Amino acid sequence: MPDTELAQSLTGTAAAATASPRYFVRFTRQQRYMHAVLFTTFLGLAATGLVMRFSESFWARKFAAGVGGFGAILFFHKLCAIVLTIAFLIHVKEVFQRGLLRREKGIFWGSTSMVANWKDVKDLFGHMRWFLGLGPKPQFERYAYWEKFDYWAVFWGMIVIGFSGYAMWFAPFFAHFLPGWALNAVLVIHSEEGLLAILFIFSIHFVNTHLRPDSFPMDMVIFTGVESEEEFSHKRPLEYKRMVAEGKAESRLGIAPPLWLVNFSKVVGALAIAIGLMLLVLTLTAYFS
Amino acid sequence: MILAARNRIRLSSCHGTLAAAIAVLAFALEPGAIRAQDCLTCHGDATMTDSNGHSIAVDGQRFASSIHGSLQCSNCHADIKGYPHPDKIAPVQCETCHADQAAQLKTSVHADSKDHPCTSCHGNAHEIFPKTDARSAVYPLNVPKTCGQCHGNNGMAGKHGLPSVYPNYIDSIHGFALSKEGLLVAANCQSCHGSHGILSHTNPQSPTYKSNIPKTCGNCHAKIEADYEQGVHGHAVAQGNLNAPVCSDCHTAHAILQPTESEFRMQSTPICGNCHKDKFSTYRDTFHSQLGSLGGYVETARCWDCHRAHDVRPASDPASPINQANLVTTCGRCHAGANLSFVQYQPHANARDRKLSPGLYFVRLFMNLLLACVLTFFMIHTILWLIRSRYSQVKNKAANGGKNA
Repeated sequence: MPDTELAQSLTGTAAAATASPRYFVRFTRQQRYMHAVLFTTFLGLAATGLVMRFSESFWARKFAAGVGGFGAILFFHKLCAIVLTIAFLIHVKEVFQRGLLRREKGIFWGSTSMVANWKDVKDLFGHMRWFLGLGPKPQFERYAYWEKFDYWAVFWGMIVIGFSGYAMWFAPFFAHFLPGWALNAVLVIHSEEGLLAILFIFSIHFVNTHLRPDSFPMDMVIFTGVESEEEFSHKRPLEYKRMVAEGKAESRLGIAPPLWLVNFSKVVGALAIAIGLMLLVLTLTAYFS
Repeated sequence: MILAARNRIRLSSCHGTLAAAIAVLAFALEPGAIRAQDCLTCHGDATMTDSNGHSIAVDGQRFASSIHGSLQCSNCHADIKGYPHPDKIAPVQCETCHADQAAQLKTSVHADSKDHPCTSCHGNAHEIFPKTDARSAVYPLNVPKTCGQCHGNNGMAGKHGLPSVYPNYIDSIHGFALSKEGLLVAANCQSCHGSHGILSHTNPQSPTYKSNIPKTCGNCHAKIEADYEQGVHGHAVAQGNLNAPVCSDCHTAHAILQPTESEFRMQSTPICGNCHKDKFSTYRDTFHSQLGSLGGYVETARCWDCHRAHDVRPASDPASPINQANLVTTCGRCHAGANLSFVQYQPHANARDRKLSPGLYFVRLFMNLLLACVLTFFMIHTILWLIRSRYSQVKNKAANGGKNA
């Protein structure tokens, strides 16, 4: 039975796409909101953080003067930091609740997990071979290796940047258990890791996830939560095949995103990408001048 | 003598007016002293000019109220013995009476002045008032404008390549106190430069010679001068080290700003950095500097917030705010709750110096390597991916019309 359904789905993909395409849920509402909070606060943190990092550049002073001086900049930076910290804690709580308390499968290991596995290593090399025309394109699972990297980069980044940031914010308190030189080190760590995050998200993540030909100009799935059957089966063929094989296609069916949501997502996404690219240009000009 | 005068009048028939006749009568009545009233008979005419068109009119009323009002014309115009007098008369020698001032002037930077040196500053010779009189060109509130006639944008400054100091001064804290508040005690040009014997700042006798500046400023700012002399800069200057800064090196000479305002706080840290290059460079790596450079009113620590401004002392001095024993107090002025561990923070740590700050050095090295490796790898990865997927997309489009790569 699953085999015939698989066959039907695979052959019927093109026909379904032309008639009324089916949409499958990839991200829950909570995950989408989490991403929205993440990128909004990240843009806020990046914009205010860069101004402090490159405070001697001409645009930093103009920006600071425009929003009410360094006091305002620091206030927004801390505000975004608190919101992002709360989001991070909610996410960690969610992961442990699902993985440890509810014993949900596929959270810490397996094909749907964010944890890297041997297939990711093989996929990385396979993908690179494909870049060079030396092999076939790897078949990706629910989360491809670069998506896992994005996730863990943000996870590690939030711990590192968060800790170093709070250590600066509450320096006299952290001084109780940190050596003196660590108070110097936290600024280096905070600004370098922040710079890495900014450069990575605004160049690598933007291109890998949104601007590459498969998704250009942007991948809407993080905004709408659903993607068309054609896109799903093309981008994540292994997950698609597994879903069909396990007969779970029906349960994952979503509704086609309403037009307002698509348009709203386009505006928000384009704005985020535009702000990000602008910050990237400013960062690079400040860094190399 | 009367006869001679009469003869001359007869000869110069063009002067044969009633006024002249009265003047002559007056000369005749009181030989030897020519009274102002007599000269004003002609020179009182406000339109009177010499053959070059220059005004030779005198306002009798203002002259009478001036400091020289009790004098007679011939006291100064000594070569005029009677009427009529020659067209060309000798320049007035102020030094006849003002010998001290003239002597000072001869040694000053204004000694070779081509214009009449006295009137250049004191104004119209017939309307000179005491310097305590608001009408005087050298009344404290008028001094900057008077000097600014030459030392402003359009005067000597432009012609002789001197710095145009008037605009700097007038926008300075001294200039504001003088022009806006009308504070007579506010420093004007002559408070620092003197008046008649102004010397170049390269002359060791000059009050603006580098090593004399603390004393000059100290005439008003006595406490600050005393503080300064206690500090390392004051000691160095006193010992003849002219590389050490004096007041004007940090505050500038003319464009002096209110030191508690952000504009001065913004500009003065790099001034310390002119000499303390390594300290400035390491300071710039800190959060203090990063926030501080944003402008506006910025409370983050600048050099003098920790080192003090005038009474700068080495860390080894127990009276120094950066002495180990005083650090908790010094840091605690901004950082409530600062403790002994907190003050181990290095406000001038150098992440590039492995020997001085090894921990910081390796943290920075690790972070830089992380940054470089991640970005380099993914940059290559992404570019190759972009090329490859665009290639596939074009190929697939040609094959089946799909947009997938």
